[in-house]
Amino acid sequence: MAAQNQNDKKTTSSEEVFSKNTPSSMNTSPIDLGQIEVLQILNEHGEVDKGLEPDLSNEVLLDTYRAMVLGRAFDSRMMTMQRQGRMGTFAPNFGQEACIIGQVTSLTKNDWFAPSYRSFGAQIMRGWPLEHLMRLWAGFHDGFPPPKNVNDLPFSIVIGSHVLPAVGIGMGMNYKKKKDCVVVNYGDGASSQGAVSEALNFAAVYKAPVVFICENNGWAISTPTKKQRANQTFAAHGIAHGIPCIRVDGNDILAMMCATKEATDRARNGDGPTLIEAITYRMSLHTTADDPTVYRDEDEVKVWEARCPIKRFETFLTNKGLLDDDAIKETLESCEEEVIAARDKFYAMDPADPTEIFDHLYESVPKELQAQREEYLRRLREKGIDL
Amino acid sequence: MSERIIEFRDALCEAMSEEMRDDQKVFLLGEEVAQYNGAYKISKGMLDEFGPRRVIDTPISESGFSGMAIGAAMRGLRPIVEFMSWSFSLVAADPILNNAAKMLYMSGGQFGCPIVFRGNDGAGGQLGSTHSWCVESLYANVPGLKMAIPYDAYDAKGMLKTAIRDDNPVFFLESERLLSTTGHVPQEDYTVPFGQAFVRRQGTDCTLISFGRPLHFCFEAAEELAKEGIDCEIIDGRTIRPLDIDTMVKSVKKTNACVVVDQSWSFASIGSEVASQIHRYCFDDLDNFVHRVHSDDVPTPYASNLEQAYLPNTRKICEAVRSATYNT
Ligand SMILES: Cc1ncc(C[n+]2csc(CCOP(=O)(O)OP(=O)(O)O)c2C)c(N)n1
Ligand SMILES: [Mg+2]
Repeated sequence: MAAQNQNDKKTTSSEEVFSKNTPSSMNTSPIDLGQIEVLQILNEHGEVDKGLEPDLSNEVLLDTYRAMVLGRAFDSRMMTMQRQGRMGTFAPNFGQEACIIGQVTSLTKNDWFAPSYRSFGAQIMRGWPLEHLMRLWAGFHDGFPPPKNVNDLPFSIVIGSHVLPAVGIGMGMNYKKKKDCVVVNYGDGASSQGAVSEALNFAAVYKAPVVFICENNGWAISTPTKKQRANQTFAAHGIAHGIPCIRVDGNDILAMMCATKEATDRARNGDGPTLIEAITYRMSLHTTADDPTVYRDEDEVKVWEARCPIKRFETFLTNKGLLDDDAIKETLESCEEEVIAARDKFYAMDPADPTEIFDHLYESVPKELQAQREEYLRRLREKGIDL
Repeated sequence: MSERIIEFRDALCEAMSEEMRDDQKVFLLGEEVAQYNGAYKISKGMLDEFGPRRVIDTPISESGFSGMAIGAAMRGLRPIVEFMSWSFSLVAADPILNNAAKMLYMSGGQFGCPIVFRGNDGAGGQLGSTHSWCVESLYANVPGLKMAIPYDAYDAKGMLKTAIRDDNPVFFLESERLLSTTGHVPQEDYTVPFGQAFVRRQGTDCTLISFGRPLHFCFEAAEELAKEGIDCEIIDGRTIRPLDIDTMVKSVKKTNACVVVDQSWSFASIGSEVASQIHRYCFDDLDNFVHRVHSDDVPTPYASNLEQAYLPNTRKICEAVRSATYNT
């Protein structure tokens, strides 16, 4: 062996590393794993990196700001309504507003969005009326389907199961030679599902116009990321699959918007998928059925409070002269009013219509199902329910 | 002897803990089973007692941890795999059906799969259609596995112990809605054998056959029907594979009427299988065809009023019994 021969120069020839039996046609060049940078444009003090600052109009900046404030106002109202018994189980998004909103700002109506359950901030941006989302979380049959003019998938409850269909939608766009794209998000926990790896591989092989957003919020219910995977760089999944990938400060709205814009541009140009790991933090409970105080240290939450995505954007906009204390107060009040108005509309709506449960199971109702439906209606009538 | 009353969930915990004390080969794994004590607090205290080697938190990879546990079982360990919900076992359908249920057969008897898969089955209450699966009909179709559905705390402990000691893969289906119910559970070691149905209520007019949570509605229906003078016998089938058809047949030969209550959808279901066998063995004893009560043939609704209307409920059962006994 080379290393045993003192006269040999030190080389890094493949002989040193590989046995003589390595077939000559085998590609033995080492893989450069490189480094995955973390993009941050706005730091937690609201200071902007001038070199990276995107060229966004004042209108876009203020609209985005309002969307974040509205998301949070909706969030707290929903928590209150849930505690009052007016909502089903609810998954808050508190502290992840930049991450969720920044991932859809570069989408058009023709693009598709495949969300997980913690995505109402983006759903509002995509055109879901607030009262529609309230009906969703309150368990109304008509609340779950997306509004007719919105290209969103109904959100996924089975962890990771929506990611492959999202890639399929992207492959369909290629098939139809369209220039649209898909954004799909999934959690740090979901990244452990085999289906997610399969989705990344498919998207890479077929150059599907898909932007994967891995929302690394530190927790999957009570499972911390360190128990979820050994490599704490969730974006590394991209390297393994040959997908351009980046880590982003998920509490920095500007970084989220820029990274997603670059990724959607790449997708539209036919250059395939991108994986964005958004590093953020689940400030609140997993869902209203959870109590995080039993498994996580409140000190950890304190650290992230200082990284609030809304506060730092506010500072930035104030420094830019686009906001002042009055405007901040006005924005908050108008968002709260909007949520209250939606709540009142929601309360005034009709209760769930029990005749609906057989609808949409097939394109047209088969005979045997029609018989069951009639039987079911008869039972309801007997119970004295008005049909 | 004084009766010790404990919760269904604690009976499950006791069964696992006792078996783990007795047999070093037994261990528990699944999402959040260790530090969080399980999503439904069934494994409470088990991490403290047995440590992380034997009570293992896994990533959210049902296919991954089921498949690996099957490998461990093939080499002689006896894993208990907790699914947060049987709904999520669908993600692991290939390992649990193709590997666990067939390994003994495909290795020509060399190595089998002494494994227990357990977790919540059926509608837990407003969890939505993808999270409310009743998997019994779906999975019971597969040869090579056993399937057990305990109804009370006593059976929960006794049947889970039987499951853990069984050398075959056992699908153990728990109802979230029963976990907080309480019952007498002996402190000492006991087992409830598989394949032995249990007559939970004696009656003369109609045999009600069910498994797991719908039994609760059978009892309610029986009380209501008693007021009308219809006396129901209620049989808890306990295990679906093996199915104790003899006990059921014996009862139907006495009552001459039968209603099967099954929370699955009706098409190719536990209900249709039981009804078919009753028709076969009680053909000359039946005064009417076997009636069946199922969930309606649609995905589980999320709205609570719709979910209740959809499930087998007391009203549907009463109606079926009246019809089966010509009391309409
Ligand atoms: C296949 C499957 N397994 C388990 C669950 C139960 N479950 C619901 S949410 C969740 C954690 C998901 O964590 P993550 O993907 O990080 O998303 P986050 O909630 O943090 O946004 C789990 C285990 C599920 N819904 N589906
Ligand atoms: Mg998470």
